[in-house]
Amino acid sequence: MIELLAQAAASGEDAIAASEALSSGFAYGLAAIGPGIGIGYLVGQAVTAMARQPEAAGMVRTTMFLGIAFTEALALIGFVVFILLKFA
Amino acid sequence: MPTLALEFPPIENIVEWPAFLFEGTPFAFNKIALGYLIAVVATLAIFMLAGRRRALVPKGVQNVAEASVEFVQKGIIEQAIGHGGTPFAPFLTALFFFVLFNNMLEVVPGWQMPGNARMAMPIFLGVLVLLLFVAVGVRSQGPGTYLKNSLFPPGLPKGLYVLVTPIELISTFLVRPFSLAVRLFANMLAGHILLISFAVLSAALWVASWQAIFLPLPFAMLVALTGFEILVALLQAYIFTILTAVYIGGALHPEH
Repeated sequence: MIELLAQAAASGEDAIAASEALSSGFAYGLAAIGPGIGIGYLVGQAVTAMARQPEAAGMVRTTMFLGIAFTEALALIGFVVFILLKFA
Repeated sequence: MPTLALEFPPIENIVEWPAFLFEGTPFAFNKIALGYLIAVVATLAIFMLAGRRRALVPKGVQNVAEASVEFVQKGIIEQAIGHGGTPFAPFLTALFFFVLFNNMLEVVPGWQMPGNARMAMPIFLGVLVLLLFVAVGVRSQGPGTYLKNSLFPPGLPKGLYVLVTPIELISTFLVRPFSLAVRLFANMLAGHILLISFAVLSAALWVASWQAIFLPLPFAMLVALTGFEILVALLQAYIFTILTAVYIGGALHPEH
């Protein structure tokens, strides 16, 4: 009986570890989708703007980096969640 | 867990360092703290060496200092703060170089530990920037007007303030320093782990038997990623500085 209980407890711990590993992978994978699309769209539009108006390239580039910084933050928070789930 | 007969080090081994001075006291001193000290000394050294002998035609370290000050003035302050931003040039230049040197320790051979891959320095800098832009706002607009301008953005219908004020409160005073810190921290930690992954893979293939023929693949990736991480270190220092400038500019010139 005790052996069975210990076995169940051990397999429960395994299940928790497995779901932690799985969900940490999903956490980062899902968090990367939106910012991936967002940064791609943002940089594409910035390149279009620079090609149309090369004299405004400096201003567009600065604004582009700012936009990337804000968009990227979501993916990075996903990465932090991954680290916390996996290792903390 | 071994994959390909390869043992990835646990996270404690790659970001935590034992203290080697004053252990057990609040002043415990380890590799990370030494890295901060190196970044401070390097920043000071550049500008003190450049400022000691001011030649009319700059050369050497004076060139670096003048070019960087001009970059901060033209590329960051004029773009993000506008007029009235010149007094912040020393702070922003020092911030840029401090963050840059801290990041660059990631690719220095034999050191390879970015100080900003620990949360301590990013969150400290984030809180410092928060205190700075609140102080700038209070000084240039007065405490009441600054709070009113930042919590009740003008030009909205009265009823919307129920929704907008809590959002503005959280996004200005909590999310700004937090996202500044997390952006820097997560970028440097991700880069650090990325480099370690390929280094561990290369090391494991180096001692493997027939699998050693795959060694050039991860090693080429490691070399390429080291170059990429130098770019990331520069970019993150730039983004940290320009976001600080944007926040100071927002406190200095309220929207009408």
